[in-house]
Amino acid sequence: MSSPILEDLISLTDHHRLACQPYADYCDTLFSGPEAPGSLAELPFLPVRAFKEFDLRSVSEADVFKVMTSSGTSGARSRIYIDRETAQLQTRVLTTIFGDTFGKARSPMLVIDCESTVKDRMRFSARTAAVNGFSIMSRERCFALDDDMTLNVPRVAEFIEKYKEQKIFIFGFTFLVWQAFCGALAAQNQTLSLENAFLLHGGGWKKLEAEKVSNQDFKDTISRWTGCRNVRNYYGMVEQTGTIFMECPEGRLHASAWSDVLTRDVRTHAALPHGEIGLIEVFSTIQKSYPGHALLTEDVGRTLAAADCACGHPGTIVEVHGRLPAAEVRGCSDAYS
Amino acid sequence: MDNNQKYDAAFMTVFEINADQLNDELKYQSITTWDSVGHMALMAELEGIFDIMLEMDDVVDFGSYATGKTTLEKYGVRF
Repeated sequence: MSSPILEDLISLTDHHRLACQPYADYCDTLFSGPEAPGSLAELPFLPVRAFKEFDLRSVSEADVFKVMTSSGTSGARSRIYIDRETAQLQTRVLTTIFGDTFGKARSPMLVIDCESTVKDRMRFSARTAAVNGFSIMSRERCFALDDDMTLNVPRVAEFIEKYKEQKIFIFGFTFLVWQAFCGALAAQNQTLSLENAFLLHGGGWKKLEAEKVSNQDFKDTISRWTGCRNVRNYYGMVEQTGTIFMECPEGRLHASAWSDVLTRDVRTHAALPHGEIGLIEVFSTIQKSYPGHALLTEDVGRTLAAADCACGHPGTIVEVHGRLPAAEVRGCSDAYS
Repeated sequence: MDNNQKYDAAFMTVFEINADQLNDELKYQSITTWDSVGHMALMAELEGIFDIMLEMDDVVDFGSYATGKTTLEKYGVRF
């Protein structure tokens, strides 16, 4: 499998081997393969949980600007060390991917979350990172939920009325959009007038698995209660903030110009061809301050060639089917608190 | 207040800093209050003071106290 970002990823591997001793030791022990990898599959990869067990950073402590964490139910948290350069790359890449999909105008933003989620800037959770990261595309924010996670219909209605002439950008985690937004509207038999809005959601479908909600059900329900028909999902994780996989008009998640993806056999970790189901490995070219450029996730799914999609986007397609059942519950951008 | 003073006041108000911290070293993410949240607060403050609407690319490129004036000049603000 050739990838347009292979050279960048090889350079990053070399960079992190020199700058992060635990990473170098790990590579030397487990990846004694060819010096110059000829494909994505030959690059050394880290399991995402490595960031829970080890402090992996490639910059001095003084250059760490922010530590992002993803909470885990087991108590262990991933710690992702961000320096200014990596933070700026995250913002630039995110705004570019967003702009390619929704345009470059900054819109009023309806956040399907509560304000307390984003208040403590130093304890950066995945939800905080996502809400604040996407806020750069916004002009004014309205938090749809109160701190007890209930929908504040009057506040939302007032915001919609104020910006009825503009396109509102609705953002939220998938399970919150489903439960705390659509669910609350349905329970109150309340519809909203968001025909002109667009909605972006991510963070995973895990919490909705029991309800067997398909992407189409999700879109139909949003349309029914809010009128919003421009709904996009994204796949991303706090360990690779910025380089999200954005859903195209055909409903498929594509890698961006700064990312790629493959799958590996769950047991042997052998790379799999397109179409075969395995563990998802994600690649990203913007991780300078920590060795997070090639990560084996605990998500199960398959990849498809970009050419299989009519939308014309050149990025590899990933389909995410769910979390590896036997895995530690890696938790949890999709958890309250 | 002239525009330079308004510009300085915006930084001091939003980032809770003093006039002696307004220098070429003041950049996006060089102080803890100028993070992504502080950045949006600064953009909103400047948009309000100068009655302009910044484009997304200019919000992203607004990288420092020193270069910010160049960005605002694109919107007709004179310093």
